[in-house]
Amino acid sequence: MKGEAKSQGIGASVLRREDDRLLRGRGQFVGDIKLAGLKDVAFVRSPLAHAKVHAVHVPEAERGRRIFAAADLDGVKPIVAITALAGFKVSEQPVLAVDKVRQVGELLAMCVADTRAQAEDLAAMVELDLEELPAVHDMVQALEPGAPLLHEHWGDNVFLESAMDVNIEAAFDAPVKITRTIRTARQSMAPMEGRGTVAVWDHRMEQLVLYTGSQMPHIVRNGIAECLGLQQRQVRVISPDVGGGFGYKGILLPEDVCLGWLAMRCGHPVRWLEDRREALTASANCREHYYNITAYADRDGRLRGIDCTAIVDSGAYSSYPFSACLEAAQVVSILPGPYDFPSYRCKTWSAATNKCPILPYRGVARTGVCYTMELMIDAIAREVGMEPYEVRLKNLVQPEQMPFDNITRKHFDSGDYPEALRRAMAAIDLPAIRARQQRGEPDGRLIGVGHSIYCEQAAHGTSVYAGWGIPMVPGHEQATLRVTPDGGLEIRVGVHSHGQGMETTLAQVANEILGIPVDRIKVVHGDTEYTPYSTGSWGSRCAVMAGGAVATASREIAKLVKGIGSHLLQAGSDDVNLVDGKVVTATGSVSIEEIAHTWYRRPQDLPAGIDPRGLETTIGFKPVRDSGTFSYAAHAVVVAVDPEAGDIELLNYVIVEDGGKLINPMVVDGQVYGGLAQGIGTALYEEMNYDSSGQPLASTLADYMLPGPTEVPAPAIDHMETLSPYTEFGVKGIGEGGAIAPPAAIGNAVNDALRPLGAELYQSPMTPRRVLEAIRAARQRASAQTVAEGV
Amino acid sequence: MKPVNFDYARPADVGAVLALLDDQSRAVKLMAGSQSLGPMLNMRLVQPDLIVDLTGVAELRRVEETAGDLVLGACITHADIEDRRVPDVTRGALPTVASGIAYRAVRNRGTIGGSLTHADPSADWVSMMAAVGARVRLRGPSGERTLPIEQFIVGALEVDLAANEVLVSVVIPKLSSRARWGYYKLCRKPGEFAHAIGAFVTDPERGLCRVVIGATETRPYIVTDARHLLGDVAAGGPAHKVDPATVDAFMAEQGMHDPVDRQIHVTAFRRAIEQAR
Repeated sequence: MKGEAKSQGIGASVLRREDDRLLRGRGQFVGDIKLAGLKDVAFVRSPLAHAKVHAVHVPEAERGRRIFAAADLDGVKPIVAITALAGFKVSEQPVLAVDKVRQVGELLAMCVADTRAQAEDLAAMVELDLEELPAVHDMVQALEPGAPLLHEHWGDNVFLESAMDVNIEAAFDAPVKITRTIRTARQSMAPMEGRGTVAVWDHRMEQLVLYTGSQMPHIVRNGIAECLGLQQRQVRVISPDVGGGFGYKGILLPEDVCLGWLAMRCGHPVRWLEDRREALTASANCREHYYNITAYADRDGRLRGIDCTAIVDSGAYSSYPFSACLEAAQVVSILPGPYDFPSYRCKTWSAATNKCPILPYRGVARTGVCYTMELMIDAIAREVGMEPYEVRLKNLVQPEQMPFDNITRKHFDSGDYPEALRRAMAAIDLPAIRARQQRGEPDGRLIGVGHSIYCEQAAHGTSVYAGWGIPMVPGHEQATLRVTPDGGLEIRVGVHSHGQGMETTLAQVANEILGIPVDRIKVVHGDTEYTPYSTGSWGSRCAVMAGGAVATASREIAKLVKGIGSHLLQAGSDDVNLVDGKVVTATGSVSIEEIAHTWYRRPQDLPAGIDPRGLETTIGFKPVRDSGTFSYAAHAVVVAVDPEAGDIELLNYVIVEDGGKLINPMVVDGQVYGGLAQGIGTALYEEMNYDSSGQPLASTLADYMLPGPTEVPAPAIDHMETLSPYTEFGVKGIGEGGAIAPPAAIGNAVNDALRPLGAELYQSPMTPRRVLEAIRAARQRASAQTVAEGV
Repeated sequence: MKPVNFDYARPADVGAVLALLDDQSRAVKLMAGSQSLGPMLNMRLVQPDLIVDLTGVAELRRVEETAGDLVLGACITHADIEDRRVPDVTRGALPTVASGIAYRAVRNRGTIGGSLTHADPSADWVSMMAAVGARVRLRGPSGERTLPIEQFIVGALEVDLAANEVLVSVVIPKLSSRARWGYYKLCRKPGEFAHAIGAFVTDPERGLCRVVIGATETRPYIVTDARHLLGDVAAGGPAHKVDPATVDAFMAEQGMHDPVDRQIHVTAFRRAIEQAR
């Protein structure tokens, strides 16, 4: 019994309880919800990226009945996501466009009918009178003098400028100076389940009930209540099973507000299910960065300084709640990554463009930052004639420096970064690959090896976000725990799973402390009516924050259980222990089942002075320091590049990850696999292009290429477990890391492969065309040089 | 998105199909496997009044062999060819190409007639049927006509098929034991449309010496007498005698101006030759 109970606690790879329904197709997603009288909504969307709206002509018979334009939406406020950062410019995103449209896909009218097809028929009846304006289709163009203006009263297209300078002049005399321009493509987050909302007004509860796949139901409730002028008690947000979030289910969409407004008036439930075209082109994108970066180093590979300007394409509007500038401002503070160097300057711009808003996708700015920084480290290595791992080992923060405050004052809690890198290099077997490169390949392909290392700040709390001043600042994370009359346990948390397996892992945390078997523990989440307030699931925070809250509340429950148990055992409350779900003394024991039965069913057996809280508690948690946990990983990869066709094949992939104490190692591996797949997408496949008029060029998954099973190798994963000194059990957040390092590791491997040709590639995704163009450019440089030398 | 409202008919013979096509009052669209038409309907890129489902027409599933040819009904699926449920007269060329079309789920439903009529320059059949010298039989109210693929396909997504005609079958020449063929496509991942295709078929006994460069912006480049491109291969010689510069120049002549595009297509063509069977 003891062994069995232990096997479900912290560190046990318990099978995910939610998988039984999910793998059998019995999950309940928004699209599965059937309500009597449900009608479908389709939207009229702007076909133009930038235009004045002269008129939205709705057939008179349908206006206000089945078709609604901006003028019909009385009392609805626009979506406004502010920040407290100095100089931030506010955008107002009307839920239906009024005077202007600023992106393709912006909503102009809402149509409701019995089926989606009929609603689209209605949408086709609406005639638009739009006057096209020149579009801002590129973030670099957005900042040029004379660029068209999205929000005219701003005077420019800049949401925010961010900057930092730490003694950069001291680096200028470094013997090695390397400058590169680096770009990452705009991407779609592409969860399997798109966005979707079902809204209905509940007369009995006087409540707007909004079913929507969301990572943060409480934040959606805030936004809906604010936009519709409702009291919080009048809004209930239910997020059922969620088929992947990755940040995309972490924003309030105008569609959500529109459906809420409609449900309050129309007398029946309404539904909007996003289709893939809307997901790709209209709702939100991510990841588009531009860097101009100079690295200064000594000849022995020691970094002297980094000097960088960067632009993030933030799209047309500041999305709620993360704002338009989280990403660009983050670039300033996280670009140094896990490196310790003395001089740093960085300036970034959040640029407004005629594209859908950008949002923080898994890894947020870290994927672009890691790609940039790690490509530069390899460029230094090539320049000074060292192996890239040697340059990294010279510059990584060392274990004896922990805890460590870096040049941007990020506080690293713990870790041994050089050890992770050494293990990754051993696993990939660098000498064997170098020997293979010497031999050459019979098929003419070029072998390359690359690696990258990053740190992932997770579960950053109040002290970090207070300065941002966005609509959502995390405080104490709360959990409600209640022992049920049969001795089971209910856990209520405000975070929500969109694939993380928290129905299993949070139960494991409670099991560790209370000994209640996991299959007797129910985790309730995804419903504002039943759960404590929370900013939700983002920033790899759930294991640290919700796990910490469950642990803290479990200890409170343990005290309450022991209080009743000691009375039943006729012992003092200090003389009992809670062991494997039983309160024990030297002479006897009583189970939690018996204790629960006594509290709920036989109160006559309790003494007068018993703790009246019973077997239920709500309590909040913050780590000892809330500046975030720092997990990290080293990725190493071997690629084969086909120099004739430009194709890249991944031959071997190794990940050495340190996520602190792992609650469920199998779940962590799942997170790493999924992140890796998305990182490979960033590195090689995914790209949302726009033409010069601001038209998105990928509107189906035939155009927007995602990696599939044949493109994602099975990685070898090795875990280190350096505990965080600040969290329960020493856990760290790891949810995003898998998606951070792959573009950098693969990019370095590709450049290693192309080295004999003198070619380098600094733009993701690394498509066959870009590979071939890089090779052609190198050949042209070489022949130009030959000609010059000949002369 | 969802399709517009349309009527649906599933006639049992070609005559009935032609009668439905003859209705000038409404937009009629023929549907075979629906693997391209389905998404186009959903995106409302086509908005027909009537869909005529061809899968109930027995004649379009028929397979006939003559002395020199194999005649496949238009509704023979890629999987029928892949699994050799229909005879192979091409020394493995057609079954091999079929097995690389999109995904199995698409191959189960997608048809040769549908693929050729859709005429996507990146589609496998468009290139391989042209390389093997196949012909299509088209039937209309005034009878039947037969066109070689290179005349049938007139542009990207454009074929010589009147609004009141239907493609009924594909005529594939039987290759001799001296025939050689090669097919190579470059695509980002299995199942995706190709971004370059190279194909060739030679058969001295049938006088075939054809090359197709596919996955082009326009109609694939179909060369019916390709001795200058194939070099010694045409005469049964070794593969490495093919001259990439000649192929590159040919593509430039055809209007492929982007050098990277040409390089990718030269690569696909060279690999088709190198893998000649």
